[in-house]
Amino acid sequence: MTIRVFVVDDHSIFLSGLRSELGRSFEIVGEATDVDEAIEAIRAAKPDVALVDVHMPGGGGAAIVAAVTKDRPEVKFLALSVSDAAEDVIAVIRAGARGYVTKTISPADLADAIRRINEGDAVFSPRLAGFVLDAFGGEATTIADPELDQLTPREREVLRLIARGYSYREVAKQLQLSVKTIETHVSAVLRKLQLTSRYELARWATERRIV
Amino acid sequence: MAGGLAERIGVDPIVIRFSFVVLGLAGGAGVFLYGLLWMLSVEPNGHAVPSPGRGVRSTVAVAFIVVGALLILRSLGIWFGDAIVWPAALAATGSAIIWSRTRGTPTAVLRIIAGALMIAGAVALFLGQYTSVNTVRNLIFAIGVTIAAAALLLGPWIWGFGKRLAEEQRDRIRSEERADMAAHLHDSVLQTLALIQRSDSSGEAASLARRQERELRAWLYRRSDPKQRDMLNDALDALALRVEERYRVRVDGVVVGDRPMDERLKALVDACGEAVTNAARHSGADAVSLYIETDASGATAYVRDQGKGFDTAAVPSDRRGIADSIRGRVERFGGTASITSGPEGTEVQLFVPRNGNSG
Repeated sequence: MTIRVFVVDDHSIFLSGLRSELGRSFEIVGEATDVDEAIEAIRAAKPDVALVDVHMPGGGGAAIVAAVTKDRPEVKFLALSVSDAAEDVIAVIRAGARGYVTKTISPADLADAIRRINEGDAVFSPRLAGFVLDAFGGEATTIADPELDQLTPREREVLRLIARGYSYREVAKQLQLSVKTIETHVSAVLRKLQLTSRYELARWATERRIV
Repeated sequence: MAGGLAERIGVDPIVIRFSFVVLGLAGGAGVFLYGLLWMLSVEPNGHAVPSPGRGVRSTVAVAFIVVGALLILRSLGIWFGDAIVWPAALAATGSAIIWSRTRGTPTAVLRIIAGALMIAGAVALFLGQYTSVNTVRNLIFAIGVTIAAAALLLGPWIWGFGKRLAEEQRDRIRSEERADMAAHLHDSVLQTLALIQRSDSSGEAASLARRQERELRAWLYRRSDPKQRDMLNDALDALALRVEERYRVRVDGVVVGDRPMDERLKALVDACGEAVTNAARHSGADAVSLYIETDASGATAYVRDQGKGFDTAAVPSDRRGIADSIRGRVERFGGTASITSGPEGTEVQLFVPRNGNSG
C-alpha cells in the first residue's frame, strides 16, 4: 500500500518541488502553506506521514505537531528545516515529531526517511545525533529521572556512528547488531529527547543552532 | 491595612497612610490608632470597590477629619507644639501630593510644583518662627546655592546616564532590525539555496548554492562577541567551505563539545583538513563526513567517505605522503592516527590528548 503523505511548507516553490519529487513513490493527500490551514487539513486528510517545515510564521512546525497529535496520534511527523535555530528544531521534536532532516537531503534519502517514519522508527540526521550527544553529554546537574535524563553507553555509541555519517545499516554492521536493534535504540533516544527535563537541553538549544 | 481602609472609605490609600503619619506626628495618637485599626480590620473581599469619581471629595473629607482630629488632640494636650506639628503637616501634605499615584497625567507637573511649594512653605514657616525674615532670605539663597551645586555634581552623571540609555536603545533597535533581516533572508534566500542543492545535487550550481548558503549562514548567525568566534565549530566551518569550494564535494561537519581553539585543536583540524582533502580528491564520493568530539581526555575526530577506498597496506607513494602528514600533525602533540579503508569507504580516526607531551 502506498504511504499517504501530507506536505506543509510556507514556500510555494519548495512545496511544489517536494510534491513532484515525492509524487512518484507516495500518495500526496494534501498540502498546506500556513499553520492553521495545516492543522485543519491534516486532521481531515489523516495522512500516514506529514512533512512539516520547522520554521513557519504563526508557531511553526511545533504548533502543527502539537495540535494534531492531540486528537490524531496516529499521524507521524517528519520535521524539515533549512538551517534553523536549535531551539526551533528541539521544539518540533519535543512536540512529537519522529525525526528531523535538513532540506538539502537528497530525494532518495528523503523517501527513505518517510518510509522509516511510517514504520514507527525515528530519523536522525548526523547533526541532530551530534546535538543529542552534546545536550546529553556530561553529568546532569540534577537528575530528576535517570531513566530519561541519561543515555546508555550503547545509545551513545549508536548516536556517535550516526553523527559520523553512518547509515542505520552500517551502524548495525559496525556494532554487529541487527538493524531492528539500532532502530530500537534510536527510538529510545527520541523518547528521551521528548521527555527529558534536562536543563542542558534548553541551554544548548538557545546557545547554538542546528544547521 | 491602609489599603483596606482606603477601599472602605473610597479614597487613595496614600491619603489614609499620610493621615496616619500626620496624626502620628501629633503626639503619637496616629500610631495607636493605626495599631487598633490593624487589629480590627479584615481583608477586603473584593466587592466593595469604589468608583474612581469619588476620589477628590473623599480626599477633602478625610483632610477635614484629620485637621479636626489634630485640633482635638491639641486641646487635649497630646501635642508636640504648634511650631512643629503645623509645618510638619504641611510638608507631609506636599510630599503626599508629589508622590500620589496618578503619574503621567497632564496634571502631574502641576502637582509636583504645588507639592514642592508646600514643602518649601513648611520649611519657611518652621524656620521663620525662630529667625528673622532676613535670615530666611539668606537661607533660601543658601538652599538655591546647594541645589545648583548638586546639579553641577550630579549633572554630568545624569547626562551620561541618559546618553547611555539612548545608546542602549539604539543598539536594541539595531539588533532587532538585524533579527528581522535574518528572519527574512532565512525565509527567502536560504530556502531557494536549499532548493537548488536538491534539484541538481552534484552540479556546479549546487556547489555554488552550498557555498552561498554557508557564507550567508555564517553571516546571519555570527556571534556578537568576537572573543567567542574563535571556536572549534567555526574552524570546522571554514575547513568545510575551503574544501567544498575547491573540490565541489559536500562536507558534513558535526562538533560535539565545542571549545575555544588552541594549538592542539588547530593541529587536529589541520590534520582533518588533509584527510578531508584526501577523501575529496581520491575517493570519488560526493560527500565527506567530519565528526569531532571533545571531552576531558582530548579530542577525537573521524573523517569518513563512502567512496571506493584503497588498500592501506599497498598505498601509492603520493598517498602515503598525505597519510604521513596527517599522522605527523597529531603525533607532534602526543596524538594518534589510524586509517581503515575497504570497498565501502575510508575512515580516518584522529586523536589529540588535552595534556599530552608535545615536541
